[in-house]
Amino acid sequence: MPTKRSHWLLTVLTFAAALSLTGCGPSEPKTSGGPIEVRRLSEAQYRNIVADIFGSDIVVAGRFDPFNRAGGLLAVSAGSATVTPTAFEQYDSLARSIAAQVVDEKNREFLIPCKPAAADQPDEACAGQFFAKTGPLLYRRPLTQVELKRSIAVSAAAAKSLGGFYPGLAYALAGMLETPSFLFITDRLKPGADRPALDPYSKASRISFFLWNSAPDEALLKAAEQGDLDSKSGLQRQVDRMLASPRLKDGVRAFFIDMLALDDFDTLSKDPVIYPAFGLAAANDAKESMLRTITDQLIDHHGDYRDLFRTHKTFLSGPLGVVYRAPVAAPDGWAPYEFPAGEPRAGILSQLGFAALHSHPGRSSATLRGRAVRELILCEKVPDPPGDVNFSLVQDTANPDYKTARQRLTAHRSSPSCAGCHALMDPIGLSMENFDGAGQYRQQENGVAIDTTGEIDGVKFQDAAGLGQAIHDNPATASCIVNRAYQYATGRTIAKDEKDWIAYLERSFAKDGYRFPELLRRIATSDAFYAVSPGEGRSSAPVKSALGPNGDGGKS
Amino acid sequence: MTGRMTRRRLLKGAFQGSAVAVGIPFLDCFLNANGTAMASGAPIPVRFGTWFWGLGHTPGRGIGEKTGAGYEFLDECRALDPYKSQINYFSTFNTPLDGRPNNVHYTGWVGCRTGSAPMKVGDIPAPTLDVLISDAIGSGTRFRSLEVAATGNPRDSHSARDSGSLNAAEVSPIALYARVFGPGFADPNKADFKPDPRIMARQSVLSAVQEDSQDFVKGLGRADRARMEEYFTSIRQLENQLALQLEKPAPNEACAVPVSPGDVPLGIEIQTVSSNHKTLAHLLAMAVACNQTKVFNMLYSASLSALRKEGEAATQHTLTHEEPVDPTAGYQLETAWFNHRSMEALAGFIEIFSGIREGDGTLLDNTLIFANSDTNFAKLHALDGVPVMTIGKAGGRIKTGLHIAGNGDPISRIGLTVQQIMGLPVDKWGARSLMTSKPISEILV
Repeated sequence: MPTKRSHWLLTVLTFAAALSLTGCGPSEPKTSGGPIEVRRLSEAQYRNIVADIFGSDIVVAGRFDPFNRAGGLLAVSAGSATVTPTAFEQYDSLARSIAAQVVDEKNREFLIPCKPAAADQPDEACAGQFFAKTGPLLYRRPLTQVELKRSIAVSAAAAKSLGGFYPGLAYALAGMLETPSFLFITDRLKPGADRPALDPYSKASRISFFLWNSAPDEALLKAAEQGDLDSKSGLQRQVDRMLASPRLKDGVRAFFIDMLALDDFDTLSKDPVIYPAFGLAAANDAKESMLRTITDQLIDHHGDYRDLFRTHKTFLSGPLGVVYRAPVAAPDGWAPYEFPAGEPRAGILSQLGFAALHSHPGRSSATLRGRAVRELILCEKVPDPPGDVNFSLVQDTANPDYKTARQRLTAHRSSPSCAGCHALMDPIGLSMENFDGAGQYRQQENGVAIDTTGEIDGVKFQDAAGLGQAIHDNPATASCIVNRAYQYATGRTIAKDEKDWIAYLERSFAKDGYRFPELLRRIATSDAFYAVSPGEGRSSAPVKSALGPNGDGGKS
Repeated sequence: MTGRMTRRRLLKGAFQGSAVAVGIPFLDCFLNANGTAMASGAPIPVRFGTWFWGLGHTPGRGIGEKTGAGYEFLDECRALDPYKSQINYFSTFNTPLDGRPNNVHYTGWVGCRTGSAPMKVGDIPAPTLDVLISDAIGSGTRFRSLEVAATGNPRDSHSARDSGSLNAAEVSPIALYARVFGPGFADPNKADFKPDPRIMARQSVLSAVQEDSQDFVKGLGRADRARMEEYFTSIRQLENQLALQLEKPAPNEACAVPVSPGDVPLGIEIQTVSSNHKTLAHLLAMAVACNQTKVFNMLYSASLSALRKEGEAATQHTLTHEEPVDPTAGYQLETAWFNHRSMEALAGFIEIFSGIREGDGTLLDNTLIFANSDTNFAKLHALDGVPVMTIGKAGGRIKTGLHIAGNGDPISRIGLTVQQIMGLPVDKWGARSLMTSKPISEILV
């Protein structure tokens, strides 16, 4: 049932949409778009699709090959990722497990729209009904006649050899889950268009993976089939519907996991002797707390993105309460928490989800934190260290002159080859030195009071709260998320002729009060988002639907 | 045998005095040079594997200056002494960059494994050695190759066909066990064999997937079609697996099915890594002995090794840069301690392979392990003299027990030689200044 807030959000969005459609404000700069994309599904997308189509009770137990981060985002790497033999083995195992659960007695009544005439025999009509319903949701487009017939035939052959309709159906479904049509999000061109344009189903996938991190639902596929996504108003209706859905949180979480490299929590470990409070539960909860803080601010409160860097609000679980040394209202679950005003614990950079992630296993790192702020939050590239550096001073805590990280890093920066890059990172990270390698608050290091003064791009501050304010005020902060959001949406780096469009998007984001859902809406309803210019060697054939272009039973 | 075509003879004939590239045929004479066989009479295959450790050695503490036979391992490599006769150590081979950046802790291993310097971190400019070799010899077993890392991070793999196709590592012993010795594994020494009737149904499904995939790529442009080749290779690999599961495996006295290792904690604390490395090595060696794969990759520590001692704030990598040189010893003591542990782990790995009897010898006798690091002196990220070793007799196709000094030659010479030893029809390898057509003849039989 829609909440009051979602009604309010819908009203605001509709009003904003109306304004843009009536021509108020500058028009969107034209772009020629990027290449056709063929992106491998991420683990989260795979899991979301299975849950959306078959229900969250279906267990997806197995390992997925990780992407390597390219251009700052895993989403960009998806466009060059392939399926290795090991990965295919895993997909095969997952597919068979999922399919077996779908046809299991406890699920078949809900997931299979018909019953076979005899359970121990093939039933092509019933199998056809199942694949006609499920196939388009898996492939994000109508099945072709050939695909539909192939699945029915595989199902019948397997049913015969295995002696049952349901095992046969499971084998054919597993096959569908292993095809590239399922595993790759594929742009396809609209047939007969004057110039290259995405077909409506490809548009639907773009919107859906961007906003929900999952495949289009039936309503969106229906809108694609009816041509609604080719009109501004039809597109706007679908985007508004999706922005108002609770599933928007899945999409926003996926974006921030990628942008803030929160996937690194999967392999994060802290020394249990040095940080006994920071175990696996705290690590998992640190990531979850960060995501809850973000969605609460950006979606539930429709707040200014930049305020994430100075908010005192967060969410705590029992394990986090121990690390934060804060009272937890719901030790067995989650409860909102507000750090007292005046504490340096302000903004997401001061939370465990950032401070612990960008540290060593047994100590903090002003350099790693500073670099993460530059690269993840401000989208600036810090050069890699030169090959021949003597780091001895950074670690020599036995030297009475170098008790604190600030003292050691200051000495390290005396080397001219190090000074340039460290000047970009350390004055940022040193302001977070109140938080140790696990993100716990401290006032001293090796018995010496910690100096948390810092500086970024000429702006000086006293502590992490001051850093948060400086990041809030830094123009690169908003510019960065705009760039990242567009790259994430398209799964590619920004094309040369999109500079004006990005500048327009940045201005619009400011005009919209730095409201993140407004940024998503601007992108999802723009022409630029769907523009394609297939380059040399990259093209894509249109889909011939099993139902035909007008749902005419596959005469096409 | 008079008139017998040996590998050395063929290679010498092909390379001496001629600048013309000659493709070498993939001949049976490259296999089974010892003529050994299993008790069943089946020929013993030659296997290839890699072993990686991060952060090299302390200069002057890995290997002595004497080259050729009778070389001397120094302090950090002392654990390898018992296996010196099985090891070739390659020093002072260089990785010229041709103006490309030294992406620290990345360029070194990529140059060594691909024969090409990457432009940036993440680039895999050419297939890694193991991929090239598994393309040639990887069929006929359930797995074209197995990738394993003791660090708990699946991204810690140095096996990839290109930048978008990293062969992610198996990091959990129990998951590796389930994958190799779980359903789908047929014990070759069991008398009864009953193929699972469901396998043929799965084969039909894969045929349909193959057909669907053919239709799918028709709609793609050239670049994406090329990218999908790896997908087709993957389907064929699974088809191969299924086909093998329908056949009774030949009896194999070397194969002793291990027990499940159980669930163990993962992590980068050195005791954990050491323990998991040992468990994974046992499983991997038995996967090889049981003929489940002919190619494998083991990563003990990452190139940016975050191994650490429990309760210590510094990691191995931070120590290499930050630990002061001990004024008495003249080197970094803690850093050297980790380097010792790396070589002890390698010695343990070798011990496991040499402890499995196979034919008249051991599994190690029929295997070629290519071991390398990412840097020579980690403190300086040095790329001159990145340490490389070959371990094992490769079925009698390699001379061992030698210290070969490269004197600045491209490090790709080692990779080229290894490919030729494994029977690949390749006469040159590498890119730009790493391109070489000069194998290391001293180790060729």
